Amino acid sequence: MHIVVCIKQVPDSAQIRVHPVTNTIMRQGVPAIVNPYDLFALEEALRLKDRFGGRVTMLCMGPPQAEEALRKCISFGATDAILVTDRAFAGADTLATSYALAAAIRKIGQEQVVDLVFTGKQTIDGDTAQVGPGVAKRLGMNLLTYVSRIAEVDEDARRLKVERRAEGGVQVLDSTLPSLITMLEGTNEMRFASMDDMLRAARFPVRRWNKEDAGIEDVARIGLKGSPTVVSKVFGPTPRSVKADMQVVADSSVNDVTLNLLQKLFTAHPAIEEELVQRLSA
Amino acid sequence: MAEQFDAIVVGAGPSGNAAAYTLAKAGLKVLQIERGEYPGSKNVQGAILYAQALEQIIPDFRDDAPLERHIIEQRMWMLDEASFVGTHYRSDDYNKPPYNRYTIIRAQFDKWFSSKVREAGALLICETTVEYLIMDGHRVRGVHCDRMGGDVFADVVILADGVNSTLARKAGFHGELSSKNVALAVKEILFLPEETIQARFNIKEDEGVVIELMGTVTEGMVGTGFLYTNKDSLTIGVGCMLGDFTSNPKKTTPYQLLEKLKRHPSVAPLIEGGEMKEYCAHLIPEGGFNAVPKIYGAGWMIVGDSGGFVNAAHREGSNLAMTTGRLAAETVIAAKAAGKPMNERTLAAYKDALDESFVMKDLKKYRRLPEALESSPQFFTTYPELVNRAAQTLFTVDGVDKMTKQRDVLGSFRSARSLRGLLGDAIKLWRATR
Amino acid sequence: MSEAPKPAARPAGRAGRNTELSEALKAYKGVWVFIEHDRGHVNPVSWELMGEGRKLADKLQVDLAGVLMGGPDEPLDAFSKEAYAYGADRCYFVRDPVLKGYRNEPFTKGLTDLVNKHQPEIMLLGATTMGRDLAGSVATTLGTGLTADCTELNIDGRALAATRPTFGGSLLCTIMTLAYRPQMATIRPRVMQMPRRDDTRQGDAVEMALGLIETDIVTKLIEFIPDANRNTVNLAYADVIVTGGKGLKMADNFKLIWDLARVLGAEVGGTRPVVQAGWLPADRQVGQTGKTVRPKLYIAAGVSGAIQHRVGMEASDVIVAINTDSNAPIFDFAHYGIVGNAMQVLPVLTEAFRSHLDKRIRKVA
Repeated sequence: MHIVVCIKQVPDSAQIRVHPVTNTIMRQGVPAIVNPYDLFALEEALRLKDRFGGRVTMLCMGPPQAEEALRKCISFGATDAILVTDRAFAGADTLATSYALAAAIRKIGQEQVVDLVFTGKQTIDGDTAQVGPGVAKRLGMNLLTYVSRIAEVDEDARRLKVERRAEGGVQVLDSTLPSLITMLEGTNEMRFASMDDMLRAARFPVRRWNKEDAGIEDVARIGLKGSPTVVSKVFGPTPRSVKADMQVVADSSVNDVTLNLLQKLFTAHPAIEEELVQRLSA
Repeated sequence: MAEQFDAIVVGAGPSGNAAAYTLAKAGLKVLQIERGEYPGSKNVQGAILYAQALEQIIPDFRDDAPLERHIIEQRMWMLDEASFVGTHYRSDDYNKPPYNRYTIIRAQFDKWFSSKVREAGALLICETTVEYLIMDGHRVRGVHCDRMGGDVFADVVILADGVNSTLARKAGFHGELSSKNVALAVKEILFLPEETIQARFNIKEDEGVVIELMGTVTEGMVGTGFLYTNKDSLTIGVGCMLGDFTSNPKKTTPYQLLEKLKRHPSVAPLIEGGEMKEYCAHLIPEGGFNAVPKIYGAGWMIVGDSGGFVNAAHREGSNLAMTTGRLAAETVIAAKAAGKPMNERTLAAYKDALDESFVMKDLKKYRRLPEALESSPQFFTTYPELVNRAAQTLFTVDGVDKMTKQRDVLGSFRSARSLRGLLGDAIKLWRATR
Repeated sequence: MSEAPKPAARPAGRAGRNTELSEALKAYKGVWVFIEHDRGHVNPVSWELMGEGRKLADKLQVDLAGVLMGGPDEPLDAFSKEAYAYGADRCYFVRDPVLKGYRNEPFTKGLTDLVNKHQPEIMLLGATTMGRDLAGSVATTLGTGLTADCTELNIDGRALAATRPTFGGSLLCTIMTLAYRPQMATIRPRVMQMPRRDDTRQGDAVEMALGLIETDIVTKLIEFIPDANRNTVNLAYADVIVTGGKGLKMADNFKLIWDLARVLGAEVGGTRPVVQAGWLPADRQVGQTGKTVRPKLYIAAGVSGAIQHRVGMEASDVIVAINTDSNAPIFDFAHYGIVGNAMQVLPVLTEAFRSHLDKRIRKVA
């Protein structure tokens, strides 16, 4: 079985710490990590490899430093890793990204037929969840999103059965190989790499593909040029025009402050007082 | 099959990187093991880079190392509650390359240094903790890590595992860290636009200022503060001996000291409007010469903070760290070249090299300072107050004649400390620093 | 599967990319809302989008339409009546047995065929598991732009300007699809307001055949397992919410939030850091990647107010914030602020509410 797992290296916006005194959030010097959702996809792929034998090939489109993320995946037991990196990919939105990844997967498929492609549910920096579906469409693979469990895989019959999270319940779907699965978070627990895995990963020659290596046929469809969405502006949130009615506990006692708040709140918003009275007497 | 390396370096901070880089560059098979998620994730420093120390390792580091500003001005301030007396040195000579000192941001610098180490051919694994050294009698044969199959062997293990090193303690090479020998420091990085920093500190693009502070802000505890200019941020911090924090009846925490420092009327305007983006705390070994443990043995060596190589008097640590890392590596390289075994006799050359270098010479010079300061809180309370008041008296023109002013000043010193006390303090200070 | 018409020769735009809309694509008119339904009910997000779609359609002076796809025995006609009541001028229907129960393949074909035939300029879908699954496939098939999790939609000139958080949530950005059609966007439930309902409104219906049979479709829906009767946390529709953030320092301190919530009859929410630390289950997360809420009263303690959280609750009628840092961003958009230690303030506040409301109840009784 040959499984391709797509990952992305993202800034670790989850490594948010709170200052012990001021309680402000600190985000400076945040490192880059493997998109956490992708790890569930990787673990699931590795479990299939454990069961059926075969290879897990990691694929990532990114800048040169994304090699670190691929190396980390090798340390968990992936067989091979390819970094698709080229200036021409810069500025890609999800459409251009899925075009590039699909081309690369086709190329990988030429070396050995790809049975399954795994991706994470979404990234923590883009949050769009669009690339997985995009790649599936382009490769003509069955799309199975938000998969919570892979119930059965029959390699010979080329069939699989999965459970998919939907609103209010779980769909049980029966499909064929090749399929593209986006894995739900919390569905498995990542294994702990052994010392040998770590050393192997440290030495691993991650393959680098530029756009030619990746089999990109139409350069107008990658990077900024291939991105239909355009960021027209970036801005900070607008502060409310009327500033908050502030009280400082240090100045007066906590009791005074809270009584003041209630008085102001209920005077200005009698409907809210009613609402709360209803709830408490219910 | 457990692997065998020429050297294993435990830790990817400045001393570990210096050692690993030097070894790998010489063609040795090196494995570097870091317990943090990435090199630098567990490191904290005020962030001054001493170019000379790094030049000895990577001569052309200036080509691509992430450097904030090169320092052209040093300010030393003695604070009391609302004022300071300071000495500044600024020279345009510092604007002539190659620059001597830079401010750096450790998270970025360590990442860069580590990439160089890997380029040089060393293997680096992170998120892996060395749990104990594998011993054969007194000889260190390798390390045991917290992963399956975690035994790795080497001819020599270089411990660069920082101030709170447990490995050397576990192996019995040295005892517990004493709270007398370690300081607890906290710092914040405050973001300000480049132009604002340059305007406030009277510097141009790329130029930097270092302010070292001491005085009543540490409430009589032995400690200092600092304020450094980075490209578009300021680093401000303060640290005191850990033992002082615990024995302080007021129970002031390091954060509270830092807040106090930030509010000082001479400091507040410099940091105003700064957006706090990073906060961290760390221990600094400050026991000096007398606290340096045994630093080598059969199959092992200690470098960096783990060996207490910090010159607290001059706030120098990373240059000692890098130098000790380099010297340790050079000792190993020479031994390998001569086909010598990594036993105690061979590795003694490391200590010899250290003794010859500024590292031990400086530590030796200041060996009496920790104790002298510990027993003299007046240096951190009385003297700053006296000096500040003296300055105020002398600089205020209020119709009082100068002779009276002079007598008042001298009198204030005498009544605060008595002539004997003053003399004693002077002798003490001279003895501790000569 | 039909192909989207390719735009004519591409004039050089910004950085060599195409920013000019071709004549063929200029002809695309109308705002569509994909109406998501399951087992006899429409997901309310579709109506929230209908309300938003109506505003966009009015600005562009075009028609608003709903898209209904499902099995022949599903109540699509009843759904369309609701759609007209919420502002739609028209509904497009694709009815087929293979569309009973959502599957990517037939739904993608049906929606893509509809788009190619009737050519809307804007298409909105709810950012649900169905919506995101479908939107990504359709956008890729049509080769057009899709913006996810928008918090605001506007018209700029004649184009859709979709705003969403970016840079890990610290800033907002406005995204446009200049040279491709339709401009697609997904929006999370509760981000837009539920519109007014006018049952006198009517609209027309357009049918289209799917053109697929079951044997054409590879993936089979074997069964649907509804979630067991779980203790439904109805955060998204709660009218009073008390939220705790990392400023509470320890999991134990969250008890103070629960105490206040009990007195107010409120739901309890948390920020992402709090959920990640395991102090609250994920279904109580309020924010960009959690739930969006629109309560009458929102009390936040120990919450800094970073934009990832803000976009999940800033539509609350009244926001009360408690934080030790007077510079915390939450005070920029709260209505009432208390600068103080939440651990101190919360118990006193709880007691103050309790005794005040008790007095009111006794007066009423």
